[in-house]
Amino acid sequence: MRTKTPSLVITFSATTDAMAMESYCQSHDLPGRLIPIPREIHAGCGLAWKTTSGMEDTFTAALEQAGIRAEAMTTLELWG
Amino acid sequence: MIYLDNAATTQRKPQQVLDAVVQAMTTMGNASRGAHGSALEAARAVYNTRAKLAKLFGCSRADHVVFTCNSTEALNIAIRGTLNPGDHVISTDLEHNSVLRPLYLLEETGVISLDFVPANRRGQVDYADFERLLKPNTRAIVCTHASNLTGELLDIRRIGAFAKQKGLLLIVDASQTAGCVPIDMEAMGVDILCFTGHKGLYGPQGTGGLCIREGVEIRPFKVGGSGVQSYNPHQPEEYPTRLEAGTLNSHGIMGLSAALDFLTETGIPAIADYEHDLMYRFYNGVKDIPGVTVYGDFTPGHNRTAVVALNIRDYDSSAVSDELAMGFDIATRPGAHCAPRMHRALGTQEQGAVRFSFSWFNTAEEVDKAIAAVKELAEG
Repeated sequence: MRTKTPSLVITFSATTDAMAMESYCQSHDLPGRLIPIPREIHAGCGLAWKTTSGMEDTFTAALEQAGIRAEAMTTLELWG
Repeated sequence: MIYLDNAATTQRKPQQVLDAVVQAMTTMGNASRGAHGSALEAARAVYNTRAKLAKLFGCSRADHVVFTCNSTEALNIAIRGTLNPGDHVISTDLEHNSVLRPLYLLEETGVISLDFVPANRRGQVDYADFERLLKPNTRAIVCTHASNLTGELLDIRRIGAFAKQKGLLLIVDASQTAGCVPIDMEAMGVDILCFTGHKGLYGPQGTGGLCIREGVEIRPFKVGGSGVQSYNPHQPEEYPTRLEAGTLNSHGIMGLSAALDFLTETGIPAIADYEHDLMYRFYNGVKDIPGVTVYGDFTPGHNRTAVVALNIRDYDSSAVSDELAMGFDIATRPGAHCAPRMHRALGTQEQGAVRFSFSWFNTAEEVDKAIAAVKELAEG
């Protein structure tokens, strides 16, 4: 297994929001990728956006700018 | 074969549509079911197609584009998911059974009452009839954008303004116009737009959907697996998941996505102009043939889709269509076209009619051969 590191995980209630997040982040050079939702957190959508920890402000602004509804932001120790 | 049955389905598709379906079937997983590469590829394709459709139809939110198998499923979802006991509905004589049968079902089971704006012998409505049929409990107008039989376009912008003024829900069947006529549901005042992917959009059969104006609530028609909120005993509330239980036709949707790219590259106005040129070429070639009756309004500049319905003498339309197929290798659609009220309005309920419908992939040469065939049959 890869080493666990702190990651910021953003969750959504619907898959379309997760896909919109990926599309927005890719077009705005924001780091991260979609992952299956970790068991530590609960969310409507099975996909979550995993990115670098400590970027809460950046992603809060990005979500607002993109008009995407996130359920929550959580920092977790995750592989990879 | 000369294929002139494009109002039933466009047989010839852009090559990129075929390529996209093959690629999807060899690489894509199940959208919204997991986060591995194949599943995400499917989810991206589905999401991107929603975004393209929202842009094409003037729907303000991509997540309010819901995929279905076809227009009929979309119309069932829209009609049965919005109307309530005691509601009155106004529809028109131009409708296809995909609108009529869901409405009749609700009427017969005592859920709604129903009135129809009549069509005259040319298949046209008097817009004052919408006001005349209005009742205190009128809740919705459900109507087609264009007759599948005569090609007559309804003025949806006008109907939408009336619906907005009276606080009515407007559900539009765009089966015959999506891809052939520019549509902006926000500007036209449409609350729910139902479309199919396999006609003017040039996508695969098995694709279609509905675009929902923000704020319009539709009850789920079916419930089940969604890939999200697995411990929720109910269908998730969020669109599009609320209306999309079960695995989507991602392979078909990928083909539809490629078809939408084709439409964007080619331009819907350019396609409409070309199809209308073919239609008028055909109409002008057959209208004066003795024994030929053409239905509908072909006044230059009149808003219509590229179809021509006709009869030859008192011949059975099925026999004429069969003769065209067997003797001339020309594909047309005879009979009632699932449009019983329109046939009654035109007085063709016994004879039916032979419908010729044109697409971007037809040619003037094909049209000329069809004109010659009609002439030969009329003279025979």
